[in-house]
Amino acid sequence: MTARLRWRKFVSGFMLTMTGICALVAVSVLFFILGYLVYHGGRSINWSFFTKLPKPVGETGGGMANAIVGSAKLLVVASMLGVPVGFLGAVYLAEFSGSNVAFVVRYAADLLNGVPSIVIGIFAYSLVVLPFKHFSTLAGGFALGLMMIPITLRSTEEFLLAVPRALREAAMALGASKWKTIATVIVPAAYRGILTAVLLAFARVAGETAPLLFTAFGNRFWSPGWNQPTASLPVMIFTYAVAPYEDWHRQAWAAGLVLLGLILVINIVARAILARGIAVPRA
Amino acid sequence: MAATTTVPSAGPIPGSRSFLSRLREGDEIARLVTFLFAASVVLVTLLLIFELWQGSVLPRHKFGLLFLVTRVWDPIAEQFGALPFIYGTLMTATVALAIAVPLGIGAAVFLAELAPARLSDALEFFIDLLAAVPSVIYGLLGVFIVVPLMRDYVQPGLKNTLGFLPLFSGPAYGIGFLTAGIVLTIMVIPYIISVSREVLLSVPRDQREAALGLGSTRWESTWKVVVPFARGGIMGSIFLALARALGETMAVTMVIGNTPTISASLLSPGYSIAAVIANEFTEATGDMYLQALIELGLVLFLLTFVLNGLARLLIVITSQRGSGRAHA
Repeated sequence: MTARLRWRKFVSGFMLTMTGICALVAVSVLFFILGYLVYHGGRSINWSFFTKLPKPVGETGGGMANAIVGSAKLLVVASMLGVPVGFLGAVYLAEFSGSNVAFVVRYAADLLNGVPSIVIGIFAYSLVVLPFKHFSTLAGGFALGLMMIPITLRSTEEFLLAVPRALREAAMALGASKWKTIATVIVPAAYRGILTAVLLAFARVAGETAPLLFTAFGNRFWSPGWNQPTASLPVMIFTYAVAPYEDWHRQAWAAGLVLLGLILVINIVARAILARGIAVPRA
Repeated sequence: MAATTTVPSAGPIPGSRSFLSRLREGDEIARLVTFLFAASVVLVTLLLIFELWQGSVLPRHKFGLLFLVTRVWDPIAEQFGALPFIYGTLMTATVALAIAVPLGIGAAVFLAELAPARLSDALEFFIDLLAAVPSVIYGLLGVFIVVPLMRDYVQPGLKNTLGFLPLFSGPAYGIGFLTAGIVLTIMVIPYIISVSREVLLSVPRDQREAALGLGSTRWESTWKVVVPFARGGIMGSIFLALARALGETMAVTMVIGNTPTISASLLSPGYSIAAVIANEFTEATGDMYLQALIELGLVLFLLTFVLNGLARLLIVITSQRGSGRAHA
């Protein structure tokens, strides 16, 4: 073995070890951080966190019941906007459209997907908050729904297109009209994928904070109806974390754990649904 | 082949039926309804751009392009310049990429080239989950873990060793550009690893085999053949990470210090575009103030728009090249 070859082998081994170290560092930092959250959040969480309203500033105790309900309501509004628009838009793209229209819609969706969430907040503010003259669950849900649209649309389309052509042709050959083919053959064939897409979009917006700051705003009490400012878990985490009170920090950790748990569970469920079923390869 | 052409077309073929029959069967209605939903996506996007443009009319007319290069941000005197925020945004994103790119690509190379497939897939699963963690949670961790660490250990250490550089001068507050950059690093690394790994895996096997067959070492085949082949896609992942780092709001707002200063020191507190919008939007009094914030939103939108476009282009070009060669 010449000296040069020995050197090359050494470089090879050294650099490959370095990449391994990179992977180790990246993964372990991320794990450490999440482990810390689980540890700290787990110590801070208690029953009243789920059942009580926030206490006035300076008093310890209380919970975030209103924020949990607020987040749920926001997500209901968001889903009512994001899911139908994303899903039906995807049906159009996959089944009806010509390539030019599809290009424009896809482009718009990708553009919307790339808009920073705070800018979505500005948009919802000028479109919903200004005309109604106050912050509301509706405005916050609108902002979140807007963010759901492109994610749902693009992945639903992918799953619809992945349905084998033979299925379509079989249905057509039996005399089914096109929309019947879509409703009874294509969508059921792709439903796992679509469900996954919707769940992932849902999980993504569940943790969004920036678009809520000036649409749903915040509230230390219950928010009746849909047209009042409302508290939400992510905004509560933000407010409590940057406030100077020890007990608020504790509650921020608890809220962080609850929010993260929710999001990770949805993500894992979504992936499990997809992994078990569907024989269609991902494009 | 000839036999198929002689078969007369039997029964209705989609597209050949008359408009009326398609209307009766509901096809035209379904097409129209779904079209309206698809079109609404385009409309909403156009409306968003329009609102940002229209909503920032006052400062655009008053300051023009000077808005981008003025450093005064004085709501009371109604003088608005975006420079400190643009500076902060670019500075934190640069720090984030400077750390995340080598680390992320190194990890991606390991996962794609060296790790056994099962380990690689398992780690990829966790990395995908980490990409789903909301930014406010990273902010929370930033405030309570990264900031104290930086204040008590990292920043004093940097000052003692590299304090002669202007980059590391000034008092160590814990918050500031460097801290925000590090929190961003943690946030964007999953993106870089995930996308880079994907494009590295799509590099055809014969590229590696050819390199190894010519007598190169494992590292030489990886670094001189596989990585250059996937260069475009890796660049794409970097641009995606950059766009995300620029637009990131909560985590940065919580640790950057929220002071509109321009300082060469990474240790000094600063401000970013997204953070100033998040903090001041609800408190903005007067049209000029509010519209100046909206114009900041417009600037941010344009920045991420350009970067996202570039990223997508690069990824598409690389993956097409990769799959094309694979079939050849």
